[in-house]
Amino acid sequence: MSEQRIVAQFEIPYRACLDGDGAPLGALPAWVEDGELLRRMYRMMVRARAFDTKAVNLQRTGKLGTYPSCLGHEATHVGVGAAMRADDVLFTVYREIGTKFWRGVDMLDVLLYWGGDERGTMYRHSPQDFPFCVPIGSQMPHAAGAALAIQIRAERRCALAFIGDGGTSQGAFYEAINFAGVKSLPLVCVIVNNRWAISVPVAAQTAATTLAQKAIAAGIPALQIDGNDLLVVRDAVGDAIERARGGGGPTVIEALTYRLSDHTTSDDATRYRSAEEVADARRLEPIARTRNFLQSRALWDEADEQALKAACSEEVDAAVKQYLATPKQSTDAMFDYLYAQLTPALRAQRDEARRFAASGH
Amino acid sequence: MAKMTMVEAINMAHAWEMAHDPSVVVLGEDVGTNGGVFRATVGLQQRFGKARVQDTPLAEGLIAGTAIGMAAQGLKPVAEIQFMGFIYPALDQIASHMARLRNRTRGRLSCPVVLRMPHGGGIHAPEHHSESLEALLCHHPGLRVVCPSSPARAYGLLLAAIRDPDPVMFLEPVRLYRFARQEVQDDGQALAIGCSFVLREGSDLTIVTWGAMTVDSLKAAEQLAADGVSCEVIDAGTLAPLDFDTILDSVVKTGRLLIVHEAPRTCGLGAEIAATVNERALYDLLAPIRRVAGYDTVMPLYRLEHDYIPGVARIVDAIRATLAE
Repeated sequence: MSEQRIVAQFEIPYRACLDGDGAPLGALPAWVEDGELLRRMYRMMVRARAFDTKAVNLQRTGKLGTYPSCLGHEATHVGVGAAMRADDVLFTVYREIGTKFWRGVDMLDVLLYWGGDERGTMYRHSPQDFPFCVPIGSQMPHAAGAALAIQIRAERRCALAFIGDGGTSQGAFYEAINFAGVKSLPLVCVIVNNRWAISVPVAAQTAATTLAQKAIAAGIPALQIDGNDLLVVRDAVGDAIERARGGGGPTVIEALTYRLSDHTTSDDATRYRSAEEVADARRLEPIARTRNFLQSRALWDEADEQALKAACSEEVDAAVKQYLATPKQSTDAMFDYLYAQLTPALRAQRDEARRFAASGH
Repeated sequence: MAKMTMVEAINMAHAWEMAHDPSVVVLGEDVGTNGGVFRATVGLQQRFGKARVQDTPLAEGLIAGTAIGMAAQGLKPVAEIQFMGFIYPALDQIASHMARLRNRTRGRLSCPVVLRMPHGGGIHAPEHHSESLEALLCHHPGLRVVCPSSPARAYGLLLAAIRDPDPVMFLEPVRLYRFARQEVQDDGQALAIGCSFVLREGSDLTIVTWGAMTVDSLKAAEQLAADGVSCEVIDAGTLAPLDFDTILDSVVKTGRLLIVHEAPRTCGLGAEIAATVNERALYDLLAPIRRVAGYDTVMPLYRLEHDYIPGVARIVDAIRATLAE
């Protein structure tokens, strides 16, 4: 008689705190009693969207390069930012404006980066965070490495890495979470499942029911959450961060959201998805839900909303003004940061670039 | 002072730096318990502990990428790639991130990483174990590429590589790992990256070479000395950035240049050296520059590897042809 038995089984829990209208689905986490924190998180979501809207407009009018909008991702991005501690280290893809803003990155920084200027990666207030990562999935091993360094030094910190749904198809994603599992690294990975990798839907990336379950193969805990639910993002990611910081190892969290915008300003999403699908997704977008919840708790009113919109508008306009007034770097900037010290051969090329700088456009 | 092989000198340099700099950590496949497939890291885990000598899963991209994250957190990772033929999965991390992190953050973050890898063929290894891919790395701004050719130079250059504030690709010629023993002083003295080594002085022709080809080039020079031909042999030592001052001084003196490398000829580093010497010393040349290089073929399996790798005969032939111009 041959032997047959089940040697492994798994479950992926799903968590949400609010329904699509922002009403509680049950008992809420204790920290939700902190009304000022909730207001701060909401303000950051609106701030990110105000910036995002302006950035798209700047690109449309030729004043900014290609720009990837974060429209619809605000709860995931801000919830993660609010869950992190200042001394944790952040590794993003290129869309996580809300998380960057929460950690003190200036609007000017983001404008400079997408406006073609490396000075937009200086991050004065979060000096250990990595800049945007364009090659898909390649930020994951960096986060694992930072987590390994934290572990080697026995520090109470963690690394947090974002990745997109398309990014989970990259080998680097699996290599990094696999390593995190082997070493029990202080790493939290948030998969932002916004359903579309440019024109490719999740169903064309994987036959797996969830992206979270990819973590099971790496031997690490995983869950799926409503990524448009600010409360559950902050709560689930916060739990994972506390566990990582306490030596409890890595977690993978799949946040379900929706990219309401084109992939970038160079994309036209009407080529590959229906207006009905986008309209359905828009009904679940995070900002109105969060505002409904705050209003239901008497933490927000129309006067707050008007004041916030005016403040955001003023701040964005000031950042844009500063961005447009920032002169481009000198040609020396191409050479000066390649190595700690300029090599003789590069010095000659730097001089050549200087000589022709005036004739450039 | 002890006589030792190159692989022992490499091990000794690791140990010196780990003992003197607590931020130095070693990672890679089999570097811990096993001490590395060539035994370059043998004993380090026992001496410095598992936290500082970490075996990784079998994924070269992960090793390179992890080293970036560690370096940005202030550690100095020395990572081993088992053979240079396996560098391809790591190239994304090396080219897209390791080489660029300082530049793309305007100096805020940096990558003091050493990526060590065996280089070249000649030891009857299996397929994909004998490649010479230095040109791939030298083409990427932001990297340094170093290739020692003796135990003492391996010791001094590895110390320099670990202390360098930027990423260094450290290419270790497999043929030389146990080729000869040499006295190496364990004094923590680093050699300078970016400086070539004049291994033999001469007046008729300059040979620029590196890695295992220095041995064959010296033999060729010795053979021709009996016929009254005086060859200067320069071990480039550092392949990026190249020490053109030493090369040009020598070419101005001898008037003839032969470049010898094991890597394929087309777009090999020899082409860059020849182009630069043409730009800066053409009128000092008495004869066209020649290259002796690997053929533009796939590195063959080992029965033919010594027909592929340039040997003394091809070098002597090229020297004679250059002198006959």
